Amino acid sequence: MSNGYDFAFAIGGAAGQGIATPGNILARIFVRRGLHLHAYNAYQSIIRGGHIFLTIRVKPERVDSHGDDLNLILCLNQDTMDRHARHVTPGGAVIFNSDSITPAEVQEGVQLCGLPIKDLTEDNRNKLVQNTVALGVMLNLLGVEFGVLESALGDQFKRKGQDVVDENVKMAKAGYDYAKEQFKDFGEPLPEGDKPLAVWTGNDALAMGGAAAGVKFYTAYPMSPSTGVLHWMAKNARELDIMVRQIEDEIGVANVAIGAAQTGARSMCATSGGGFALMTEAFGSAAMMEIPVVFINVQRAGPSTGVPTKTEQGDLWQALGASQGDFERIIVAPKDALDAFNTVVEVFNLTDHYQCPSLVLTDLLISEGTFSVEPDAINMQPEIDRGELITEPGDGTDYKRYLITESGISPRAIPGLPGYAHVAPTDEHDEDSVLISDEYTNPHKRRNMVEKRARKLKTFHDKVAAPAIEGPADAEVTLVGWGSTEGVIRDARELLAESGIKANQLAVKWLVPFHADAITEILSKAKKVLIVENNYSGQFYRYLRSETGISVDGHIRKYDGEPFQPHHVADGVMDQLGDKKVTRDGVFVPFQEIMV
Amino acid sequence: MATTTAPQLKAKDFKGKVDPDWCPGCGDFGLLNSVQKALAELGRQPHEVMCISGIGCSSNFPGYLSTYGMHTLHGRSLAVATGVKFANNELTVLVTGGDGDGYGIGGNHFAHTARRNVDLTYLVMNNQIYGLTTGQQSPASRTGMKTKSTPFGNLERPVNPVTTAIMNGATFVARGFSGHGKHLVSIVKQAIEHKGFSLVDVFSPCVTFNHDNTYDFFRERIEKLEEVEHDTSDWKGACEKAMHWDDKIYTGVYFQDKDTPALNEQEPVVEHGPRALAEPALTSEQGDRILKRMM
Ligand SMILES: Cc1ncc(C[n+]2csc(CCOP(=O)(O)OP(=O)(O)O)c2C)c(N)n1
Ligand code: SF4
Ligand SMILES: [Mg+2]
Repeated sequence: MSNGYDFAFAIGGAAGQGIATPGNILARIFVRRGLHLHAYNAYQSIIRGGHIFLTIRVKPERVDSHGDDLNLILCLNQDTMDRHARHVTPGGAVIFNSDSITPAEVQEGVQLCGLPIKDLTEDNRNKLVQNTVALGVMLNLLGVEFGVLESALGDQFKRKGQDVVDENVKMAKAGYDYAKEQFKDFGEPLPEGDKPLAVWTGNDALAMGGAAAGVKFYTAYPMSPSTGVLHWMAKNARELDIMVRQIEDEIGVANVAIGAAQTGARSMCATSGGGFALMTEAFGSAAMMEIPVVFINVQRAGPSTGVPTKTEQGDLWQALGASQGDFERIIVAPKDALDAFNTVVEVFNLTDHYQCPSLVLTDLLISEGTFSVEPDAINMQPEIDRGELITEPGDGTDYKRYLITESGISPRAIPGLPGYAHVAPTDEHDEDSVLISDEYTNPHKRRNMVEKRARKLKTFHDKVAAPAIEGPADAEVTLVGWGSTEGVIRDARELLAESGIKANQLAVKWLVPFHADAITEILSKAKKVLIVENNYSGQFYRYLRSETGISVDGHIRKYDGEPFQPHHVADGVMDQLGDKKVTRDGVFVPFQEIMV
Repeated sequence: MATTTAPQLKAKDFKGKVDPDWCPGCGDFGLLNSVQKALAELGRQPHEVMCISGIGCSSNFPGYLSTYGMHTLHGRSLAVATGVKFANNELTVLVTGGDGDGYGIGGNHFAHTARRNVDLTYLVMNNQIYGLTTGQQSPASRTGMKTKSTPFGNLERPVNPVTTAIMNGATFVARGFSGHGKHLVSIVKQAIEHKGFSLVDVFSPCVTFNHDNTYDFFRERIEKLEEVEHDTSDWKGACEKAMHWDDKIYTGVYFQDKDTPALNEQEPVVEHGPRALAEPALTSEQGDRILKRMM
């Protein structure tokens, strides 16, 4: 793909076979070496059994997707061998326990690395040590000196005691030495970057973004794939002085968050689509009461319980229409983990400024994906702007919480402050919170309040930049995506360039309010426009059309639960620019080769 | 937050901007008067109190007080109030609403807020009917009662708020009657002073839609717990007394557990002051520690 080092490996097995540990150790070794990575874990909603397939792609520069190639796989069971050995690209290797796994057919030039685990582990009864042996083999093939693995094992197991560390080092060494004798290494040793990097998941990034933005109240009800945010918050709450509460259901969560926000705390909650469905009435109530709260919906494949552990961009219209009534909201779809961090920080300032509810719409691919990050890029002390807050006590006369102003924004007093007592109502109300139905349903007051709230977001586009084209201006095709597809589209453009097709891309992130004018201008200049999205019905396309009237030249859509790989997008572009053999009714649906 | 120089207020100082739009004779007036008196007698200032309701006739309550307030969604007052109390436990948090709001649509929050023992005072104006929606069966409606949604008589059995609250772990459970103002003031004061979740189920007759559970119905049956032998630390005895209905109905404090600490006081982060008033930014040490741990 890119010219330099680009290596992808995978570990496959059943839940309970301990895939996470070698995955974590490898990730740590890479980022310490200054290498970038992106990991995607395909799994199911079970605690034991099933099939897990963790793919980690490593490069010296930023990794935009989990890629197309598999250079090395570790099969922890026969199932993984049977499903995936054939996907390993020529020059690659397949590692497996030859005592219990029969090798499957592989492509030419793929090295089968069977390990006599019983011999190598001297009949160790702990099944998990075979993973450590395999790690030794992997690092030998990658051309990494053993000391690196030794220190990584020390870090991983030191909490379990020196005996465990020693045992693992011994097993890893056995694998390392065995590989040195028996197998051919990859030739090109693992490169080194300039300075060590860190790793995080998208959910870590969302939670950290909240913490940096000054969230003092976090609440949730567990729901995949958003639960990682709760876990991070719960673990770090006491150290960071954040109040974290798990509540009985998502209806409660949203309302608890609103109560805390009205009381003055920056307040955030995360869930997935089903939970967000339960939160929607409260989402609208925050708009009516003008309370700044940030909601996060980590999309998974729906409808209903759907596929809890699979990704999709299927909740856009749910978000657009969340809650009854006609009201202002902010919806934003971050593009990767670092962007998720920065987005949460930015959206809190906007939410406080406009005193409205906001929704961060991510998906499993970002939230549960593992990403490398340069620590310097994470600003834990960003600028915090709480908007028009009244902080000094008043004399108790004439405060109007919903004062009609030119900007539509009314200065907000926090409960507890003398002289500003007021009620925040979910009923329509006048400037001083009195329900308009308490006199007669005064149509003029109603109109004024609707317009006041609507006016608030009129300045949004002055504060938030419109998306811009990335890639050559004279491209023959423009690929439009939103949220998490930015990286994979970037990789696909590289593939297309190799085939002589010039493509550029427009990655849309701020969905509501929509930069309709700017996007119309950009797309009207494009030669051909294709839309890439992770759903069946083209939710983003339909929204784009409703906001701009633009029609486009074709679509690439995937809705099987697995994320796009670069070649899926590139194949779609080539098909649509060429013979359209696979495109039906203007929609290209790529075939998912890797069955997980 | 008690301001030492603040003046001692009177009940009328707790009156809101507008007068209640309840039907003349509605039981809710009785609780409103009692709460205003109780707040004055406890020496509270309006800005120290936050009153949170859901939706219903009774839930219009916060608009009739001069304190901070929220008039939230139908059934969600306890959840919102939980957020308020956890964000600023220096506020005196009152939650007001109806039997439908609290025991029906909000039943899940009722169970869990009691179980958590969040320090707030839950005042339910129980009129055994849905008032605002013009008279349908509520979860507190008696079996056989004819309402607009049970024109042939209610087949269901009513909720028992007292036993339910005790079983769910509420640490203060009382019953009042809006026709007995003085008694109600005393109960409300005890409830506010109780550290933990307190429920006061208040018989608050709907003179427009409930012609069964009238002022007379209650006057004929009510006996005050203070006037009979009753041990408020005995939950079993409290539950037994709460089962009476047709012959007599007890009002007063049924049960109080003074030992279980309120949840919001157990959370260590509140030691550093209310989260709502905290400086939002992390310290540079906090930020650095988080980043270091990622490496
Ligand atoms: C989600 C939702 N469902 C239904 C309603 C309509 N509604 C408003 S008040 C109410 C019942 C009120 O009964 P209760 O809580 O006992 O209060 P009361 O009017 O009797 O004081 C209902 C069903 C609503 N506002 N919101
Ligand atoms: S309808 Fe009933 S509950 Fe509502 S205000 Fe009138 S009397 Fe009170
Ligand atoms: Mg009622």
